[in-house]
Amino acid sequence: MRIEEMKRESEMLYAGHNACPGCGAALSVRFLTRALGSNIALVLTASCWSIIAGMPPLTALKCPILHCPFPSAGSVGSGVRRGLDAKGKHDTTVVVLAGDGGTFDIGLQALSGAAQRNEDYIFVCYDNEAYMNTGMQTSSATPFGARTNTAPYPLFKEGQKKDIMQIMAAHSIPYAATATVAFPEDLENKLKKAQEIKGFRFIHILSPCPPGWGTESGDTIHLSRLAVSTGFFPLYEIINGVSWKMTCMPEGKRVPLKEYLMGQRRFKQMEDIRIDALQEEVDHDWEMLMEKIGSSQPLK
Amino acid sequence: MPETKPVLMQGNEACAAGAINAGVRFYAGYPITPSTEVAEQMAARLPEIGGVFIQMEDEIASMAAVIGASIGGMRTLTATSGPGFSLKQENLGYAIMAEIPCVVVNVQRMGPSTGVPTAPAQGDVMQARWGTHGDHPIIVFCPASVYESYYLTIAAVNLSQKLRQPIIVLLDEVIGHMREKVLIPEGKLMVERSSDKDVPSDYKPYDEKGIAPLVPFGFGHYYHVTGLFHDQYGFPTGDPPQVERALDRIHEKLEKYRDEIVLTNYIGHKEPRVAVVAYGCTVRSARAVVKKAYWQNRMPVGLLSLQTVWPFPAEEIEALAKKVDVIIVPEMNMGQLVGEVERYARGEAKVVPLNRYDGEMISPDQISEEVGRWL
Repeated sequence: MRIEEMKRESEMLYAGHNACPGCGAALSVRFLTRALGSNIALVLTASCWSIIAGMPPLTALKCPILHCPFPSAGSVGSGVRRGLDAKGKHDTTVVVLAGDGGTFDIGLQALSGAAQRNEDYIFVCYDNEAYMNTGMQTSSATPFGARTNTAPYPLFKEGQKKDIMQIMAAHSIPYAATATVAFPEDLENKLKKAQEIKGFRFIHILSPCPPGWGTESGDTIHLSRLAVSTGFFPLYEIINGVSWKMTCMPEGKRVPLKEYLMGQRRFKQMEDIRIDALQEEVDHDWEMLMEKIGSSQPLK
Repeated sequence: MPETKPVLMQGNEACAAGAINAGVRFYAGYPITPSTEVAEQMAARLPEIGGVFIQMEDEIASMAAVIGASIGGMRTLTATSGPGFSLKQENLGYAIMAEIPCVVVNVQRMGPSTGVPTAPAQGDVMQARWGTHGDHPIIVFCPASVYESYYLTIAAVNLSQKLRQPIIVLLDEVIGHMREKVLIPEGKLMVERSSDKDVPSDYKPYDEKGIAPLVPFGFGHYYHVTGLFHDQYGFPTGDPPQVERALDRIHEKLEKYRDEIVLTNYIGHKEPRVAVVAYGCTVRSARAVVKKAYWQNRMPVGLLSLQTVWPFPAEEIEALAKKVDVIIVPEMNMGQLVGEVERYARGEAKVVPLNRYDGEMISPDQISEEVGRWL
């Protein structure tokens, strides 16, 4: 499908929002509003989107937005859903939008609680792999080897990126999926599918960040696609925590990770030994994922 | 005096540099505007000198890790701003109760809640005093320049160790982000505790007779550390006389060392009729006014700047109130410390609040106008 052919009537992101040029997070939400329609209530935790959503007199979105404290996204979403239900507004889709910090780090406790109670809303994490709003500090979503302002040269982020999808799968939630902006059709299909399901739904969107990652604003889609074709960020979905399914398989052999890393300033001067280590990690995760997909029983 | 060299630095950088000079080798933190530079400085510098920098998963974890590292024998620091400071309160209370030294930097921003993250304010003065629950003692320093940010952080680290008392360095966005010349002396400004080496075999970590040195875990003494009321050995107790005694004791240590803790500075006329009492960045505006009014025009005006806001400099205010007719208290909040000033002025002088809470600094003109009204 060509991008011009995509349905735009339900798009609710205004032009002139406050995102940087080439922002993956803004694009993610643009696709999100296309998929979910206009009857949504958005809960936003502290993140770049707190700014993107608009400073007076502007607003970037045509829907009600509840900006909530940093650690509370999961819990505030629970409250909004229960409140709407109690008032009989069952048709409104509650969407919680959080960055990687508000999901992987400070928001994890609230997220886990909501997932465990199987609260009926969609939790969307747009992952730009660091605290970008405060100026690129490490988060537990930052990949190994990246340089940030709290791990400046010659230091680098040590330790693996937290596997949030496995954590969500372990909560046995009805639906969890990964998506990224280079595959808008896949992203929208997943959101539409999530909207049909009742219970806690989790969408993890890789959103490239040009100023943070040190890339040109025109490279966002290219990088997002490379992340998928290298296997660094595979696109899959998990039903009920047990049925794993690939939704977008890279064609042919996976592209070497080096190509993905090379174009980004945050991986500049990364030694070959570390690139190899990260490649090994990606390979290992890929195999584990394939194993899970292979052994998953399709749901009846 | 040791040799000094002038350096141009930011208030947040000065705070980090001061901490390192005072022997801080452990920092656990979380990014939050406008305090992030402290973390970034620590991240860059600590690994070079054998220190530990950890970026934690949230504000609560940062404070908790700092407490753990202090019990492990490190000098520790964490920095945050309004919302993060709110999250740290429970652990801060624990550190006060368990008498674990640590320094918490709060670079104040406009609140409540998320407020205006990039705008200055002085709205956390009462939170710094009463943010954590219960009758607790607290020491709060409030630097008014980059220079003071450097030296008060050093004082905070050393005093914190000496008294086994958490100390808050209450910066504001203006001082945190301002760049000024600072004279940095060569060499360390770390005060070692002499008593660390000779601890009696019957070690009482919460000795009733005074402040026992904190022997880190793993150094030969077994004892309990708890947020419950405890006896001299750290064992939990609910015995009313012991509870009362324990609470008295943690307050008494601040009273005993009051001269070292309470820092103020007076400039201006010897027999002033109007005085300004200020702290933090408002000192700068007030100083400009007093310079002009007193040094140029010899008007009976003075400025008492408070480097320590808690414990409150009650004696200094009492003495000042006896001399002047009017005390003006400029604050970038809706009036927090002015209540304390009024309390200790004891009716001897009229206390006038001057408040601004729109995210902008109080200008010298505003103070000058108020001073002029009372002269």
